[in-house]
Amino acid sequence: MSQNQSDITTKPKQSSSAFNDPRVRGAVFQVLLVGFLVWFGWTIFQNTLQNMESRGITTGFDFLSNPAGFEILMSLVPFDSSDTYGRTFIVGLLNTVLVSFVGIVLATILGFIMGVARLSQNWLIAKVATVYVETLRNIPLLLQIFFWYFAVLQPLPSPRKSLELAETFFVNNRGLYVPAPVFGDGFTAVVVTFFIGIIASVVMGKWAFKRFEATGQTFPTFYASIGLIIGLPLVVFAVLGAPLSWDLPALKGFNFRGGVQIIPEFIALLLALTTYTAAFIAEIVRSGIMAVPHGQTEAAESLGIKKSVTLRLIIIPQAMRVVIPPLTSQYLNLAKNSSLATAIGYPDIVSVFMGTTLNQTGQAVEIVAMTMAVYLTISLTLSVLMNWYNKSMALKER
Amino acid sequence: MKKTMSVLTGALVATAVTAGAASAADTLETVKARGELICGVSTGLPGFSLPDEKGNWTGLDVDTCRGVAAAVLGDATKVKFIPLTAKERFTALQSGEIDMLSRNTTWTHTRDTSLGLNFAGVNFYDGQGFLVQKELGVKSATELDGASVCIQSGTTTELNLADYFKANNMSFSPVVYDTSDQTVQGFAAGRCDILTSDTSQLAALRSKLDNPDAAEILPEVISKEPLGPVVRQADDVWFNIVKWTLFAQLNAEELGVTSANADDMLKSENASIQRLLGTNGDLGEKLGLGSNWAYNAIKQVGNYGEMFERNVGPKTPLQIPRGANALWNKGGFMYAPPVR
Repeated sequence: MSQNQSDITTKPKQSSSAFNDPRVRGAVFQVLLVGFLVWFGWTIFQNTLQNMESRGITTGFDFLSNPAGFEILMSLVPFDSSDTYGRTFIVGLLNTVLVSFVGIVLATILGFIMGVARLSQNWLIAKVATVYVETLRNIPLLLQIFFWYFAVLQPLPSPRKSLELAETFFVNNRGLYVPAPVFGDGFTAVVVTFFIGIIASVVMGKWAFKRFEATGQTFPTFYASIGLIIGLPLVVFAVLGAPLSWDLPALKGFNFRGGVQIIPEFIALLLALTTYTAAFIAEIVRSGIMAVPHGQTEAAESLGIKKSVTLRLIIIPQAMRVVIPPLTSQYLNLAKNSSLATAIGYPDIVSVFMGTTLNQTGQAVEIVAMTMAVYLTISLTLSVLMNWYNKSMALKER
Repeated sequence: MKKTMSVLTGALVATAVTAGAASAADTLETVKARGELICGVSTGLPGFSLPDEKGNWTGLDVDTCRGVAAAVLGDATKVKFIPLTAKERFTALQSGEIDMLSRNTTWTHTRDTSLGLNFAGVNFYDGQGFLVQKELGVKSATELDGASVCIQSGTTTELNLADYFKANNMSFSPVVYDTSDQTVQGFAAGRCDILTSDTSQLAALRSKLDNPDAAEILPEVISKEPLGPVVRQADDVWFNIVKWTLFAQLNAEELGVTSANADDMLKSENASIQRLLGTNGDLGEKLGLGSNWAYNAIKQVGNYGEMFERNVGPKTPLQIPRGANALWNKGGFMYAPPVR
């Protein structure tokens, strides 16, 4: 180390010009390159602006505060036609985030189940998982979305002939209708207890682990946590006299009113994204588990550890190190694939903002740039989260 | 290294400058040099622009393009049709991919002023209406509170619909698809109660249903939809050509010149007809075209009345009466400035 340092410090003294110093030269060229790239980008930007202006095309972001004048099928925030174009951006963005988030959660669960099932000793379970994976990952996603939308959901009966369950849940070709919760006075207390339960469970888990390390005694953490997280709020709920009622959907006029409507476009997109991505995740999970040497299982067996505990504490943690990096790619794919929503009219950011808003305003350059920035931001955020998780799961070398 | 850098920089500056200079395009010269007119049309709308089984495009919007091709190039067949969705149409014109857009496009203030485009006239006066399933028993658009509406993305109908329901204190849920075919599919499958579009399209879309008699068009027309050809702004020569080709076809109908009698009319004593057909005066030269520009358009494509009857009129499957699209002296809105 010290040898190197003295080498570098003595070198400039030997040469007469600073230009011959590799560090100076390196820095100079890097500055030149960055400067060139900035200049290049700026020129393109200026050129575009100038050309659009000379052709009389309106530019800038002023349009975002103009009223939109159209309605959107599904919105997580209140929206009507007098709201601004800027708000259509928010509505589309939230719809994209919603379908991506729910899709990632469901695909992970289904993918892990299928991945483990494919390794099952049970012939039938293993074959079912194999057929699932090989079928779904080999059919283009767009076709799967069309399949769910046009072949499965649209042939459902009309609202007046809905399929129903106990007069509270209804399914028809306009979607799935479920009761909406109406929170009464004091329901906040139940929510607060729920969070207290979660915090208490975490604290208890830490305590139980410490005690286990010190004394070797185990503690039924799982059941105790369930009691704290679910049982405690239930008790509070009962004591307060059940401050919750349900708004049931009912047929009025053309459609159901009341309750929560889950539109078929969302269901079709979610089903397609989930089942398609889960097939890839299943293979990733299988490869992760198979990457753990069989010696680990044998060692656990010879120590007399139970099979279920072996899987949970020895196999899965080691498999995760192999699983997480490719899993991140699948999450990114799912988020980006959600833009296929426009094919069936699910109001995501591409359909609403890059579709209708772009058309009504005609400001293609600004809107396409904003939409690309959205996907970039979603993807980078996902990457950062997954890299952080990967780091926490990585082998800790001591 | 330094030398390569400077050469590279020089090349880039040169490209940047030329790209800036090329913005003011001369569409007329481009079309003449190419020997072909590139025209943006719909992805398939009966009566307006639809390819037949042999790939030949027909329709009122198609004939509008053919008229311009005949006037400019002397041959109505020298047109290349580019099918565009509602979402793609303006970008295709702005970027120069097409020379003119003739795709049942509504003339509005925003489109005319902020897109860098100019509307060159109106070739069809339309209005927005509703198509409903008969079994719902709806007789008027005012009974549509709470309905689901199938609609095509990127159209003025999306805006009119919101305005209409708001003005009548009604709610609706919009189901937005990219193409008109998808809206019909959604309507047929029962995803929505109503399909909304321009009334001229509703008749065509209804004919695509498995059982057209199960659906009916409501009497209300909720908007003004003047449809017409569009060109790029700041190319006035080309703007005039497209505008006056349409006017020539309207004037031809008014003066009784048709594709059948155009040759006889060349000998006409009527001064207006002489100016129109180029046997007298230099109106064609003033447009930058040959003196027989209007003759070619009328002879090869026909006057406006012929275009209307051939594509959308009462004898076609669409069965649209002349109504608002009749000439001004026959009770309609079609009025062309005089040829002089």
